[in-house]
Amino acid sequence: MSVVGHPPPPFFKRGPAPLARLAFFVILSLALLVFDLKYRTLEWVRQGVAVALYPLQRAAYTPVDLYEQVGAYFSRLGAVQQENAELKRKELESANWLLRQQHLELENQRLRELLDMRARQPVSGTLAEILYTARDPFSRRVIVDKGGQHGIAGGQAVVDESGVLGQVTRVFPLQSEVTLVTDKNQAVPVKILRSGLRTVLFGASGGQLELRFLAANADVQPGDLLVTSGLDGVYQPGLPVARVARVDRDAAYSFARILCEPVAGVEKHGQVLILGAREPLPPQVEETEARDKPLKGRRARKKE
Amino acid sequence: MAIQPTHSSRRILLPVKQWFILFSLAAAFFLDLIPLGHAVGVPDWVALVLAFWSVREPQRVGMGTAFVAGLLMDVASGSVMGQHPLAYLLLAYAGGGLSRRILWFPLAQQALHVLPLLLATQLVMVATRMAGGADFPGWGYFLGSFSGALLWFPLTFVLLLPQYQPVERDENRPI
Repeated sequence: MSVVGHPPPPFFKRGPAPLARLAFFVILSLALLVFDLKYRTLEWVRQGVAVALYPLQRAAYTPVDLYEQVGAYFSRLGAVQQENAELKRKELESANWLLRQQHLELENQRLRELLDMRARQPVSGTLAEILYTARDPFSRRVIVDKGGQHGIAGGQAVVDESGVLGQVTRVFPLQSEVTLVTDKNQAVPVKILRSGLRTVLFGASGGQLELRFLAANADVQPGDLLVTSGLDGVYQPGLPVARVARVDRDAAYSFARILCEPVAGVEKHGQVLILGAREPLPPQVEETEARDKPLKGRRARKKE
Repeated sequence: MAIQPTHSSRRILLPVKQWFILFSLAAAFFLDLIPLGHAVGVPDWVALVLAFWSVREPQRVGMGTAFVAGLLMDVASGSVMGQHPLAYLLLAYAGGGLSRRILWFPLAQQALHVLPLLLATQLVMVATRMAGGADFPGWGYFLGSFSGALLWFPLTFVLLLPQYQPVERDENRPI
C-alpha cells in the first residue's frame, strides 16, 4: 500500500487555530456575562448545575463542619456557663417587654378596629442556619440550609435576634442564598427612628452601610437607630437595621456622608429567621397618565 | 555536553493519563468548594491546576476544558455566569502558548512565569465584576496568586507523580 492517500497521522490534527478557538470561547463567555448581568435569563442553568453539585458541596462542607463541632466540643465549661448566665439575664430583661407585648398587641388591635384601619399582618418565619459565606469575594452573601423544599421564596427578608440581616436572593431546592445588607448592590428603605426621616440605606465597603443622598443639613446624629420603613413591601416595618456611626458634613458637597454599622451580627454565623413573604402592597396610583396629558396637549397645540 | 539539561529532559516521563488529568481537576474543584469564607491568600486551585496542565499538556488541556471548569466554578461560587470562563480561557490560552518556553526553565523560574498568568486571571475577574457594578474586594484578594505560584513546586511533584518511572542506573545506556 502506498503512503499517498492515507489521512495524515493524528499528530498533525490539532483542530482550529488557538486564536480562533480563543475568539470563539471569549465571545461565548462575554455573551454569558451579558445575559446574566443584564437579562438574568440564566437562572435555570444555574439551578440545574447547582442541584448536580449539591452533594459535592455538602461533602466539601464536612471538614469545616467537623472543625466547628470539635471546637464546640472542646469549648470550656466556663464559657458555656457564662453564656447561660448571659442568656438568663437577657430573658429576664426582655420578660418585662414580652409580658406587656400581648396586652399591647390586643390593645393595638382594638384601637385599630376603632379607627377602622387595616390590621397589621401576622408574621410567620422559618428558622434556618447559616452554613457558610459564599466564595465570591465581590459580594457579601451567605448560604443558609433552607431552600425551595422548605417553602422559601426569593425576596423574603432574613433577620437575626437583633435586626435585619439581608434578603433571600436565590433559592435552590435545599439551600438558599442570602444577600447581606452590607452588599454594595443591596438597598433597604429605612427611616430614622428618632426623627421619622425616610431614606434608603445602601451597603458600603468594609462591612459598613451608607445613607446616600441626604442633604448636608439633614437631621441625623451619630447613634441614631435606623429601622425599616416597610415602604418596599419586602421588609416588615419597624425592624432595626443599623445605627449611625459617623456623620461627615462637608460644605463642599451637597450631600452628607453618613456611615452606619449594622445592628445584626452580619459577619457572624448562627441561626437566622427567614420571615414569610409580606402581602403585596396596594397597587400604586398611576401618575404617569396625569403627567403625560399636558404634554400631549402642548404637542397638539403646536401642531395647530 | 552540547545539549543544555532542562527540567523537562532531566527525567524521562511516562505518557500522561487522561483520567488523571480529570481527577486532578476534580480534586482542585473540590478544594475550591471548601467554604473558607473570605480567607486571604487561599489560591484558586482550579486555576492553578489548569495552568499546570495547559503548560504541561497543551494538546490535552486547552480552552474547552477551561471553559467548562469556569462554568462549574461560576455556579459553585455564586458569581456572575461567564466570569470564571473568561478568566480561565485567557489563562489556558497563555499557558498553552508559553508552554514551550516555560518548560525550558527550572522550577523556580517556571513559578515566576506562572505568577503573572495567575495575576492576570484574577485581574480579568476583578475587571469583569467591577464593570458589572461590584465592590473592589481589596488588595488581599491578589495574595492568592502569590501563594499559588509558591505552590508550583509541590504541585509539579504531586501531579507528575504517576508519570515518574523508577530510576535505573545503567552506565552503558546513552540516556
